[in-house]
Amino acid sequence: MKTFNVNIVTPDGPVVDTNVELVSAKAKSGELGIMAGHVPMVAPLQIGAVRLVLGDNKSELVAISGGFLEVRPDQVTILAQAAEKAENIDAARAKEAKMRAERLLQGKQDQVDLKRAELALKRATNRLNVHEGKL
Amino acid sequence: MASLRDIKTRITSTKKTSQITRAMQMVSASKLSRAEANAKGFVPYMDKIQEVVASIALGSKDVTHPMLQTRPVKKTGYLVITSDRGLAGAYNSSILRNVHKKIQERHTSKDDYVIIAVGRMGRDFFRNRGMEVAEDVTGLPDQPNFADVKEIVRKTVDLFSEGAYDELYMYYNHFVNAIQQDVTEKKVLPLTDIESSGGRLSSYEFEPSAEEILEVLLPQYAESLIYGALLDGKASEHAARMTAMQNATDNAKELIGSLTLQYNRARQAAITQEITEIVGGAAALE
Repeated sequence: MKTFNVNIVTPDGPVVDTNVELVSAKAKSGELGIMAGHVPMVAPLQIGAVRLVLGDNKSELVAISGGFLEVRPDQVTILAQAAEKAENIDAARAKEAKMRAERLLQGKQDQVDLKRAELALKRATNRLNVHEGKL
Repeated sequence: MASLRDIKTRITSTKKTSQITRAMQMVSASKLSRAEANAKGFVPYMDKIQEVVASIALGSKDVTHPMLQTRPVKKTGYLVITSDRGLAGAYNSSILRNVHKKIQERHTSKDDYVIIAVGRMGRDFFRNRGMEVAEDVTGLPDQPNFADVKEIVRKTVDLFSEGAYDELYMYYNHFVNAIQQDVTEKKVLPLTDIESSGGRLSSYEFEPSAEEILEVLLPQYAESLIYGALLDGKASEHAARMTAMQNATDNAKELIGSLTLQYNRARQAAITQEITEIVGGAAALE
């Protein structure tokens, strides 16, 4: 199967740079699957997992906190403020962050803080899910 | 003339100072190389996001977004990036002098501007002059990653969106090389001067629409501009401190040299005097 290059870049440096057969990501408007030769496109992403299918039934999961995806004829780039490969995720830290966010959600009444806590909870849950290999 | 013992004490204390400054210089040198690596790691992200923003914002003329529009300026925001600690030569003072002058020139009333200070030196400078600091961040690590600065960066962009100010300038030291850092003023918001980095502009399909993508993209772009400046500033800080400490060590060495000369002269004078006294005493006995 035809492969193409995928880059996942964050402000702290590149996270992923490999050749894949398929990228599947959660865009704001729904799930997206991209294969070689896709039309150039830009789409914002949700906080969620990106699955990279490497071929031979092997795939890799990467946790993404928002950002967006850019498709070019020969290359896909994901620009996110934070991204972590499943194997690099610190589960203990993610759990802690999740608990902290849940506490905040219960305690705070302020609208802004509530939103922030919700986002934090989403990110933490996402990282945990990716770590455990769930999509 | 100072006594032998006084000079000796000064020599030892200067030596100790020079040991400290030399250690600080070496620490800064290693921090500098890491800060440079950080700044380098950020380049691909910045390039990419700039490319996409340029191709969307310039490619389709009919898209609008509050961040792209110049609105009448009632209030100006100043983001000033300084360090927490001194001993970095002219690093802080040159930025602060520059900003202070610009603010005095541009504004007559205190209600016309908002200051956001990064670093303790900047915060204290403005507070001491009775200029209100709306937001401040101190205690940034030497190698900040994006998570460390997310809060301030987001706050700065949000304040613009909420209308707390109508334009935002940022001041930081741009890292040229280890001995040169330039004070730089950059207009961050509104995003009027998006330059395309040369390459061809690709035409994209937008999913779901160009507006909605700008909604996500532009804040992210503005945030990365600020983050880039922070990284640049950190690299400059370490470079400035390294140079300052290098100079301090050199000066200490020079001082030790002249003090040693003085010490030797005083010692010789003392010996000569002793001999004269002995000879004088012996002559008196005869």
